[in-house]
Amino acid sequence: MAEDRHVAVLVVGGGPSGLACAASLAGSCEVLVVEREQRAGGIPRHSDHTGYGLRDRRRLMRGPAYAEAWRTAALDAGAELLEGAMVTGWTGDREVSVTSPAGRFRVGADAVVLATGVRERPRSARRIPGDRPDGVLTTGQLQNLVHLRHHEVGHAAVVVGGELVSWSAVLTLREAGCRTVAMVTPYAKAEAYALFRWAGRAALRVPVVGHSDVVRIEGRVRVRSVVVRDRATGAETTVACDTVVTTGDWIPDHELARSRGLELDPGTRGPAVDAALRTDAPGVFAVGNLLHPADTADVAALDGAHVVAAVRDWLDRGGTRRGVRIAAEPPLRWVSPQYVEPGGEPPARERLLSWTDTLVRRPVVEALQDGRVVGRCRTWWPAAPGRVFRIPSGILDDVDATRGEVTVRLRA
Amino acid sequence: MTYDVAVIGAGIVGSAIARGLAGSELSVALVEARSDVGDGTSKANTAILHTGFDASPGTLESRLVARGYHLLGEYAEATGIPVERTGAVLVAWNDEELAVLPGLKEKAEANGYHACAIVDADEVYGLVPALAPGARGGLRVPGEAIICTWTTNLALATDARRRGAALLTDHRVESVTVGDGSRAAVTEGATVLHTTRGDIAATWVVNAAGLGADQLDAAFGHRRFTVTPRRGELFVFDKLARPMVPLIVLPVPSSRGKGVLVSPTIYGNVMLGPTAEDLTDRTATGTSEAGFEFLWEKGRALMPQLLEEEVTASYAGLRAAIDRPDYLVDLDPDQRYVLVGGIRSTGLTSGMAVAEHVLELLTEAGLDCSPRADLPPPPRMPNLGEAGIRPYQDDARIAADPAYGTVVCFCERVTAGEIRDALASNLPPADLDGLRRRTRAMNGRCQGFYCGAAVTACLEQGAVPEEVAGRG
Ligand SMILES: Cc1cc2nc3c(=O)[nH]c(=O)nc-3n(C[C@H](O)[C@H](O)[C@H](O)COP(=O)(O)OP(=O)(O)OC[C@H]3O[C@@H](n4cnc5c(N)ncnc54)[C@H](O)[C@@H]3O)c2cc1C
Ligand SMILES: Cc1cc2nc3c(=O)[nH]c(=O)nc-3n(C[C@H](O)[C@H](O)[C@H](O)COP(=O)(O)OP(=O)(O)OC[C@H]3O[C@@H](n4cnc5c(N)ncnc54)[C@H](O)[C@@H]3O)c2cc1C
Repeated sequence: MAEDRHVAVLVVGGGPSGLACAASLAGSCEVLVVEREQRAGGIPRHSDHTGYGLRDRRRLMRGPAYAEAWRTAALDAGAELLEGAMVTGWTGDREVSVTSPAGRFRVGADAVVLATGVRERPRSARRIPGDRPDGVLTTGQLQNLVHLRHHEVGHAAVVVGGELVSWSAVLTLREAGCRTVAMVTPYAKAEAYALFRWAGRAALRVPVVGHSDVVRIEGRVRVRSVVVRDRATGAETTVACDTVVTTGDWIPDHELARSRGLELDPGTRGPAVDAALRTDAPGVFAVGNLLHPADTADVAALDGAHVVAAVRDWLDRGGTRRGVRIAAEPPLRWVSPQYVEPGGEPPARERLLSWTDTLVRRPVVEALQDGRVVGRCRTWWPAAPGRVFRIPSGILDDVDATRGEVTVRLRA
Repeated sequence: MTYDVAVIGAGIVGSAIARGLAGSELSVALVEARSDVGDGTSKANTAILHTGFDASPGTLESRLVARGYHLLGEYAEATGIPVERTGAVLVAWNDEELAVLPGLKEKAEANGYHACAIVDADEVYGLVPALAPGARGGLRVPGEAIICTWTTNLALATDARRRGAALLTDHRVESVTVGDGSRAAVTEGATVLHTTRGDIAATWVVNAAGLGADQLDAAFGHRRFTVTPRRGELFVFDKLARPMVPLIVLPVPSSRGKGVLVSPTIYGNVMLGPTAEDLTDRTATGTSEAGFEFLWEKGRALMPQLLEEEVTASYAGLRAAIDRPDYLVDLDPDQRYVLVGGIRSTGLTSGMAVAEHVLELLTEAGLDCSPRADLPPPPRMPNLGEAGIRPYQDDARIAADPAYGTVVCFCERVTAGEIRDALASNLPPADLDGLRRRTRAMNGRCQGFYCGAAVTACLEQGAVPEEVAGRG
């Protein structure tokens, strides 16, 4: 199989981040976006509720309209979209194999941008034991069923998880005529509520069971009930339901990143990138939720625009990943980007993105290099579990490029 | 009508027997309680094609496993059932286990298997570098292989059907009126099986009902054995773990069975399990917290690196253990009844040999089972294995039929063409699980996050809807 096609920039994945990248780049060079779904747009295409577009398109939109807007923008800018085509592996440093109805072929590129997104961990990956009945879904599958196929889901659902997306599941269930009888989250109750801002107050009537896990699913044909265990007391309660939605608990779709041998961050499990979104492989870039599982679509799309400078730089001069390694200290699970160059280009929106496992209402964030505090700031927003915590990248301004790893930590 | 033979149970064993019988002039019914074939123990095992090296020499099981290994190996080649001849290494972790190895090698030889070799710790780590530290040595069993149990069952049942056997799914046999052999009654003295979908008359009956075999045996008036469901729970790890496990890693067997193994799967994943737990409920195929914890501990001891990878699936199967250390196959000439019981933990491998054995018994009893001349060729099964070329990789195939270029299930790379073929096959799926077993759709790491709704739509419409098929 010879290289069948060569382009300047290949974007793998046509979600908001990939499309935004294509829209920003296509004016100056040849860009091909390969998307495995029948239509580009990514997750928002399946997610027919409002809450999209605030930071990038400056207005609140419903998911499908938002997805379509980015698709149109990419096409209008002159990018080529190959839809219903899947990148299945690498055949060279910047060359991939593609399966499509038109055949199987290779695409080589001067630069490759990975924009493959994230998925939610399904029940199996969370290791929830019990029967294996119908009616256990991820939010992604739920939204596909309801929004794309207008399928019945059930009457009484238990939502597992306490992230932003968990509320998205509640909204979709309601639209499908299914009541959420409990939202079971490992976090304290109030934290789960604190997350809920953008989806409207009405859904708040969902009973939140905090500090708890679903430890068993029961029902032979269809879900009949789940067993919920309190983390502190160990007490178990049986909750009757016919549907279980496992929400959030993200894992990047990192198969291509891994099979290319890219350095991955142990916290995000996505590629470790610098502030300009370069990976450690020359000419291979990464954007979107693949890097920060999972942020909102607008932030993913802004990555797509942000990476353009580094891609152009690579095409013109061949710049490679640079900077000092940034690591997260618990309760921060990860911080992205993982490399920042002091005095160099700042990350997108001048923010480090991170994820916390415990709530800190008015956090002080500190940056330490070789055990010494080199930067500190207080944010007026909380660090709350279940959504990305944004840190002004200015705390890294005094990092010394010649010294060791920087650790980012939270103080109450 | 009165069938010459009714075979009860469309697992691997029953399907193999029905296929064998349907190759003669006899009329055959394959009677199954569930809506699909291969929906019992035959769908949930560790899917190893065993050489039989560790069977008890001299038993029927030893003989039939060794024979089945060859029969199924050849049949797999003829039908395209995926097999990967990875080999196995049995690992000893202490002096005691190390001391057992020479005996195991001798046992293998007594079973007619001569390719085992004792290897030292360095060789063990050479074979499986990701293994936890502390291995002392091992026994190589180069002949052990991995196979697709779903395709095996499906091929045998499809073959049986193409040879003319009637497949009667959703027919649970609830009671039996044993025929007296006279030619007087309407049923001409045949045995009548009373099922949930009406009566079935047959001159001969073969009981291959797996977990239900003892109850059915009781309906024939026997009280000779009890089936104990022995649950085995398993984890399937992400494909990204596959390079860690190039071959089957077996523990030294104990009295509790074969113990927990780590094995590659034919679909390119890694499997950890099974547990062994005696239950009373024959339908308890759920997984348990205790089982998960046990497996996690075992995994940590065997290959800690494996636990860093995502779990793609977990499931449990029930072995039909009986209160004796061998298969129980017996023909009753008066009742014109054959019991095939206690095919516990090796029946995937031995199924075709069990069928051959049953045909021999029936021939001795005077039934003409000799093959007829006009047999259809064995079916060609779709390749679900990672070792062969999958349709999404097959340029020529996509060129001839673009539906093989439309990937519907991204994680498992199942195309619209394959889903279409399964729905239109001689033995179409009855439910979502059936479609999954025929194509692997939805079996991947996202478990339907992307394709679940599309695959459900395919099943409900019995075809691939246009918007799923795309331009293919
Ligand atoms: C249920 C749910 C509700 C949400 N609600 C909101 C909300 O209200 N507001 C908001 O702002 N955000 C919301 N989000 C988050 C938002 O969807 C994501 O931030 C956004 O989609 C991320 O964009 P992305 O481009 O990084 O990835 P994705 O949108 O995931 O796109 C990745 C694309 O890459 C494709 N792809 C992957 N691998 C390959 C390959 N090998 N070959 C070809 N193509 C490939 C995929 O098919 C996909 O289309 C929600 C997410 C979910 C799951
Ligand atoms: C965890 C585990 C791991 C294993 N690993 C391996 C392995 O690696 N290699 C190997 O060779 N073997 C293995 N086995 C064993 C193998 O799976 C079984 O021996 C084999 O599947 C048995 O097939 P069967 O046809 O006898 O039973 P089944 O597949 O259970 O079929 C019996 C059928 O009979 C039907 N039935 C029952 N009662 C009635 C009734 N009254 N009326 C109508 N129909 C009825 C059932 O619905 C079922 O479909 C394993 C088993 C387990 C549980």
